[in-house]
Amino acid sequence: MLQDFLNSAPIPLLSALATLVMLLDAMKRDGARIVFGFSVFSLTAAMAAAIYTMFLPDKTTAFNNMITCGGYGAYFDIVFCLGGVLTLLAARPFLLASNTEHGEFYSLILFSICGMFLIAHSNNLLTLFIGIEVMSVSFYILSGYLRTSRFSIEASLKYFLLGAFITGFLVYGMALIYGSAGALGYNEIYQAVQGETGARFPMILLLGMGLLIIGLSFKSAIFPFHQWAPDVYQGAPTIVTAFMSTAGKAAAFSAFIPILAVLTPESSSPVAAKIGMLLAVLSAATMLVGNISAVVQKNIKRMLAYSSVAHAGYMMMGLAAGSVRGASGIVFYVTAYMFMQIGAFILISALERGSEERYQNLEDYAGLAKKHPVMAALMSVFMLSLTGIPPFAGFFGKYYLFTAAIESGYTWLTIIAVISSVISVYFYIGLIVAMYFRESDVQEQDSRPGLAGISLVISAAGVIILGVIPQFIDKIAKSLF
Amino acid sequence: MLDLAYLIPLFPLIGFLITGFFGKKLKSEALIGGIASAAVGLSFAVAATLFFTLTGLPADARSHTTYIFSWLAAGNFNVDVAYQVDQLSIVYALIVTGIGTLIHIYSMGYMHGDKSYPRFFAYLNLFIFMMLNLVLANNFLLTFLGWEGVGLCSYLLIGFWYDRKFEGVNIRFTGDAANKAFIANRIGDFGVLIAMFLIYKTFGTLEYNAVNTAAAVAPPDAGIMTAIALLLFLGSTGKSAQLPLAVWLPDAMAGPTPVSALIHAATMVTAGIFLVARNATLFALAPDAMTVVAVVGVTTALVAATIGIVQNDIKKVLAYSTVSQLGFMFAALGVGAFTAAVFHVMTHAFFKALLFLGSGSVIHGMHEEQDIQKMGGLKKYMPVTHRTFLIGTIAISGIPPLAGFFSKDEILWMTFEHGGHGPMWIILAIAAFCTAFYMFRLYYLTFGGKERFDHHRLHPHESPVTMTLPLNVLAFLSVVGGFLGVPYALGFFASDHPNLLENWLGPIFSQANGILGRGEHHSIHAIEYVLMAASIAIATAGILLASKLYKEESEKPAELARKFKGAYNLLLHKYRIDEIYQALVVSFIYQFSERFLWKVFDVKIVDGLINGAAKTTQSAGESLRRIQSGVTQNYALLMIAGIVVILTWLAVG
Repeated sequence: MLQDFLNSAPIPLLSALATLVMLLDAMKRDGARIVFGFSVFSLTAAMAAAIYTMFLPDKTTAFNNMITCGGYGAYFDIVFCLGGVLTLLAARPFLLASNTEHGEFYSLILFSICGMFLIAHSNNLLTLFIGIEVMSVSFYILSGYLRTSRFSIEASLKYFLLGAFITGFLVYGMALIYGSAGALGYNEIYQAVQGETGARFPMILLLGMGLLIIGLSFKSAIFPFHQWAPDVYQGAPTIVTAFMSTAGKAAAFSAFIPILAVLTPESSSPVAAKIGMLLAVLSAATMLVGNISAVVQKNIKRMLAYSSVAHAGYMMMGLAAGSVRGASGIVFYVTAYMFMQIGAFILISALERGSEERYQNLEDYAGLAKKHPVMAALMSVFMLSLTGIPPFAGFFGKYYLFTAAIESGYTWLTIIAVISSVISVYFYIGLIVAMYFRESDVQEQDSRPGLAGISLVISAAGVIILGVIPQFIDKIAKSLF
Repeated sequence: MLDLAYLIPLFPLIGFLITGFFGKKLKSEALIGGIASAAVGLSFAVAATLFFTLTGLPADARSHTTYIFSWLAAGNFNVDVAYQVDQLSIVYALIVTGIGTLIHIYSMGYMHGDKSYPRFFAYLNLFIFMMLNLVLANNFLLTFLGWEGVGLCSYLLIGFWYDRKFEGVNIRFTGDAANKAFIANRIGDFGVLIAMFLIYKTFGTLEYNAVNTAAAVAPPDAGIMTAIALLLFLGSTGKSAQLPLAVWLPDAMAGPTPVSALIHAATMVTAGIFLVARNATLFALAPDAMTVVAVVGVTTALVAATIGIVQNDIKKVLAYSTVSQLGFMFAALGVGAFTAAVFHVMTHAFFKALLFLGSGSVIHGMHEEQDIQKMGGLKKYMPVTHRTFLIGTIAISGIPPLAGFFSKDEILWMTFEHGGHGPMWIILAIAAFCTAFYMFRLYYLTFGGKERFDHHRLHPHESPVTMTLPLNVLAFLSVVGGFLGVPYALGFFASDHPNLLENWLGPIFSQANGILGRGEHHSIHAIEYVLMAASIAIATAGILLASKLYKEESEKPAELARKFKGAYNLLLHKYRIDEIYQALVVSFIYQFSERFLWKVFDVKIVDGLINGAAKTTQSAGESLRRIQSGVTQNYALLMIAGIVVILTWLAVG
């Protein structure tokens, strides 16, 4: 039992620390600063624990096979914690500027990360479900964190309603799978599917699987379950959006990979082929819809929200490929995406300085290069990376996913992906053009990023390092499977 | 120990980052220049340490590859960032960092007070970083990175004083000269790229050792080998300013003089020789390509040397001299005398850097005057510059025992022995005669004779110690550098291997020499002594002629110019190569681009397609926006529709 706790160290550790953070907040009046410091410490500790468990032997499980330990899960733990730390550092100046710093913000971020941990480590559909709900509930609240803002409240309510709606399908899918395989553990399901007779009711298994994919598609904003994303990402506090659109998406994909590995054990089986085709179609539709919709956006958060839909589409290519290369490609992409997307949103949040009116529209970015040359340069790095231009992380992210898709025979999908990448050039580079080549007559007051500056520098460094030595992460990613 | 190779390029990179990003914040010039110089100096220290480590190893163990990280991997295509320290790369690294350090120190004095002082040192450090990548790479692609990188730095530094005027054919600003250099180089780079594709297709790898070994073990089709070698050589003609791409180097003198010394004389322009030497095996397998190399080298040597005779800009004379000397090196490569070529790279780096820095000192002392007709008599104003410049002049002219004699004589001898016993030797000998002549003409017009400048306006002065110190060091090297390659014929004082450099580089070229059927040539021919004497005589004749015409003020040069007016004008206008290119190539491409590519192809076809696609995308986006109503119930409805479609599709069929 103790060994179980040690092997899964990040999860119990962060759960306990997050609870402590909440208590600390309740006990200490006006102690937000301490809560902030303690939260950053908690995430760092969890990250250290995750690094420690990284080196466990393969296929270690804990708590009666409910969760897996080390390796794959631990890698995602590190990514989540990194996203959390970047968010927290940028959140404090953001919240201070809008006079809304309360300790609960930090504890909610921590709790959502606990949920993500469970998702990435789950080895059983029940664990997965608990993880998803812990994460989602935290997100619902965080979206509506700015209680006085109409948009924030609307975003929160919309997210909650649609999320609750889709959860019903998710659970129903799990129930169907249980009915077919007679178990909820990934290993048992795997055996049932692989066994000579196969699952008892293959049709039911297939439908259950479909519902599961639909549920997770909602969480990662895959077409046609993406419509909440632009509204929520735009309405939610920018710093929350930064976190949701990166770590949240990473969590959803961390659930996708093992589940699809379980449910499509033999790539030659017709079921696998069918699932693969479904994923490929969803992927193609998602990236086209995401990028085409982003073209006509005037609001930058909305544009990035649509672009994040498109990026979910790219990642889904790796799932459709159904190979180790595809899976490791997703892992790389999640990491790269973490840096570039969180960097872009944090930059917006730093420019906003707590006002919901500043730096919302693309035209507000005209002439930024003159007013804040460093900010403009960083934004350009993030935009170029999101476009997929070397030598930035996004290029290799796409490269690995595209090659994976081609190797698995999805050439048409890759062609669509390239076309939609070309479309995306329009709005990413459009922002750079606005920043560097357009003039603005608006006078700018001082806008130092404060702690957010650290997040920005780390993100930019991540984008560049991953772009220059992608092999480093790629090797780790491949070793996870 | 040898794994520390990564430190060699690392220091200049750090120097670049510091001077490039924080240069403006560091207010002190001494600090900026000091950091930049120290960065290269440290690299030199590391390179020297590695060199002595190598000397301690047996000859066949002197190649070591340090893997830094895997750069690109796609399927079977794998390229590492890996540095290969061996006899050839370490020699180059020592030249680059050694002379680089001296020129950095020199620049601290030369660039004093320039408004873009930090930018200059940032570029210079970046150049060193790129050049070291070029020579230390263990594969073509990393070399190519450095190759492009030095091209970029060269471009940036030629146009460093972007707002100054500069004269040339179709050139009005330094920026135009920078463009010219860049474009000429691009043509060569194209060759290298295609060569890399062919190499990868033929050998399945881009690593030098693997490619050269594979080629030696199982030589592919001769046609392929010739194509690869010629394409690589095309790249070399661009970078090393050989005909037909030689035109950019004289105009590259628009850059600050230290740049001319470092990039456009001592290091970057020898990258082409490096590329051929590194792939000696590939060239040895393509005898036709070797012939082309030799012919191009010999021709360039003569053409550039003759142009040098009549030029009046101190830096242009040196620029044509550089082109000509590079021609000598290619002639050596072409006849398979790889060691001789590298030897000349080294000695040339010493004395040409010295001459350029000396000319920089003159220009500095003369307040930006570059016309040698307006100089004269500087001997007494600039004693150190004068003394060191004279040493450089003697060295390049080929008077023993200075460095230039040994390397040039080796090339002359090798072209005689392996280059058809005559014609090539004769042409190179004429070029050598011209070299001695134009160099001493330059020397006399600058330092000797009467003062032809306006005393009231100009007060020539000796340069500061940061500038004279490198001059002294380089002068010393120009005197003694030749003893690294004493010919066997003169090796009576050393028992075993008088030619240290040949002995050192031997293993690098052993494969190529084996293919070419070159054994070790220890037999001493009487004819070698004769030719040696002849080459000394030729050099002396050139010097004597120059001193007869230019030592004292006289009307003779002008008379001669009048007498041979046609030839004089042809040389003065550089055989009108620039004009011919302008008429045949540039204006044709320009017209074609403007009339067809721009007005028809770009505007009508490309823009039409793009605009059409953009419009379609926009309207698609607009209709998608209509679906995004903001009403939650509608979202749920679409989700239901999606769920129904997906489940139906899964269930049916």
